[in-house]
Amino acid sequence: MLYKISKTRAFKAALLSTLWMGLGQIYNGQWLKGILYASFELILLVYFRKPFLRAMWGLWTLGETPQQRVGGKVVFQGDHSIFLMIEGLIAIFLFLIVLSIYIYNIRDAHGYGRIRDQGKNVMGGNTIYKALKTNSYPYILVIPASLFIVFLVILPLIFGILIAFTNYSSPYHLPPKSLVDWVGFKNFINIVKLKSWSYTFWGILAWNSIWAIIGTFSTYFIGLFYAVLINSKRVRLKRLWRTIFILPWAIPYFVSILIFRNILNMQFGPLNQILVSIGLTRIPWLVDPFWAKVSIVIVNIWLGFPYWMALLSGMLGVIDKEIYEAAEIDGARAWQQFWHLTVPMLLFSTSPLIIMSIASNFNNFNLIYLLTGGGPANPNYVFAGSTDIIISWIYKLTLEQGQYHMASVMSILIFIFIATISIINFRRTKTFKEEDLL
Amino acid sequence: MKLTLDGIKSGLLTVLIHLLLMVTAILILLPVIWIIVSSLNPGDTLLATALWPKKLTLFHYQYLWEETDYKLWYFNTLKVATANMFLSTALILPAAYAFSRFRFKGRRLSLMTLLVLQMFPSFMGMVAVYVLLNQFGLLDSHLGLVLVYAGGAIPYGTWMVKGYFDSIPRSMEEAARIDGATNTQTFIKIVLPLSYPIVTFTMLNNFVGPWLDFIFARLVLRSDCNKTLAVGLFEMVTGIGNTKFTTFAAGAVLVAVPITLCYMFLQRYLILGLAAGAIKE
Repeated sequence: MLYKISKTRAFKAALLSTLWMGLGQIYNGQWLKGILYASFELILLVYFRKPFLRAMWGLWTLGETPQQRVGGKVVFQGDHSIFLMIEGLIAIFLFLIVLSIYIYNIRDAHGYGRIRDQGKNVMGGNTIYKALKTNSYPYILVIPASLFIVFLVILPLIFGILIAFTNYSSPYHLPPKSLVDWVGFKNFINIVKLKSWSYTFWGILAWNSIWAIIGTFSTYFIGLFYAVLINSKRVRLKRLWRTIFILPWAIPYFVSILIFRNILNMQFGPLNQILVSIGLTRIPWLVDPFWAKVSIVIVNIWLGFPYWMALLSGMLGVIDKEIYEAAEIDGARAWQQFWHLTVPMLLFSTSPLIIMSIASNFNNFNLIYLLTGGGPANPNYVFAGSTDIIISWIYKLTLEQGQYHMASVMSILIFIFIATISIINFRRTKTFKEEDLL
Repeated sequence: MKLTLDGIKSGLLTVLIHLLLMVTAILILLPVIWIIVSSLNPGDTLLATALWPKKLTLFHYQYLWEETDYKLWYFNTLKVATANMFLSTALILPAAYAFSRFRFKGRRLSLMTLLVLQMFPSFMGMVAVYVLLNQFGLLDSHLGLVLVYAGGAIPYGTWMVKGYFDSIPRSMEEAARIDGATNTQTFIKIVLPLSYPIVTFTMLNNFVGPWLDFIFARLVLRSDCNKTLAVGLFEMVTGIGNTKFTTFAAGAVLVAVPITLCYMFLQRYLILGLAAGAIKE
């Protein structure tokens, strides 16, 4: 049996193409294609073998000779660990592309070999060109977008993950001055073991989670409240109210947040001035840890309820009227209908959006960073303030403190959190289940 | 008309509801009015800003436009936004068409990847983006920023547009194919004209994006003359002592007006899309 297979042209062509790209094609009589493949491999081996091996060396060692300075002057450049790492990653990506071309070449040789085994002639250049044109059309459409995604989204993500396993940080492991090394899982262990880091981490995570839940449900129910209110028969000028209430959603959020930052200013802000003028004391809005959190929730309500209001009021109109008629026959009162029919139905059908909203609030960098800047300062935290959430902590660790390794560890933790949520979320949806839609 | 107890109760409720709506409207409008009035205030600082100033002035707008870099930031943002609008749309539309109309190897995997990527805050790979742009000499350049924006816009945009394409019946395309139209002709002459709402949405969305982004603009653009509006305004209001508050207010109004109008316009599409997605469940 095996002997028989090895006798076939398909096998021989595939074997030849495995040995050297294009040989199988030449054996099949497709000269032009074969020569193109063969010279492709030749060029790769002659010109790109050395750079590739060097890139692999760079990725593996992250550089061996540090920069040398004499009296503050650079006398020898040395290796730049981070550049070596990026180059190594790009090399691997390109290698994967080459590998898939190589595999395609073998399959191609095998396929045409089989056609010859069946006693048919292989297609001429013209037919091949036509077939290629039809089959590759969707790929041509997708390739530009894919390149952007691979190099500007996926590559940075993987790079970020790798950083978590190094000691890339200021002040001792900061290229080009010094080298960076692989450290395995040490950073992950440190987050739990080192007291200062673990205290900060759990403190921030607790506030972050509470915030994500409160931030989402406060806006959801207030939005629902106003959606129901405006939908009620008693209300006149529905369009006017809707237009006014949608306004916070339309104003660029960074502008609104910066405006609130001024309104809530403790010394000079208009809100405290009003409080003082009616005989109350100033409230330390953004200065006190507790009030800063209250401010965040309030500002978020202002910014976020219009989205839910608009969405839910659209859905209120769609809910089947018959259900209400049935409920009325059963003697349910208006508010009973609302709590036992409307709310559960809305919650159920908007649950994917609620989950997405929790995830996006979990990472609501802009609100926290622009409103409180993570402040007020918390002396017990490492590089973080009382209202910092993980993502704003990452930002500070990266841009202000140069603690890239720890920032990456946090990114991975968020990565796991969001990936879990989104996978659970999308497994349930119809889009995922229906083959045709996905 | 008879005055019954029920009638009074119901009338009272109606009044109460309208009262509540009015109070809410005031709470929503106050910050907006306050920032507009602030920008017209003669004073400079936050403390000196009155809600009812004795006189109004356009001085801050003039100052902003003539004395500060605001004009430059505005122009920078406009440039980046326009470039991003065209680049992102040009990348998204063909990809979405391929995902919607063709069945090819790796399609399902690619779609799942996009779906998961869309969940991530795009600046998670911040350090790498920084190093990459640095590597290619694109740091502190608008081109670099546009590339980053376009990359980030693809996952969400592709899903959104693909969803729309899916809802367009294929019969017309099939008819066109029978008449001998190529794939590209069908796409340009039949699918695109039928989907102008989503094309408008995608373009506007990607035009508005750079006006709002703070994180990447701050990461990529280093020098003063390259800044975009969000970064410029943030620094204006968080700088020492906040002594230029009224100037900031004027700047905020000038950004907010066009973007708010854009969003009011976008709202319709966005809500429809979201509601449709939710009801599909």
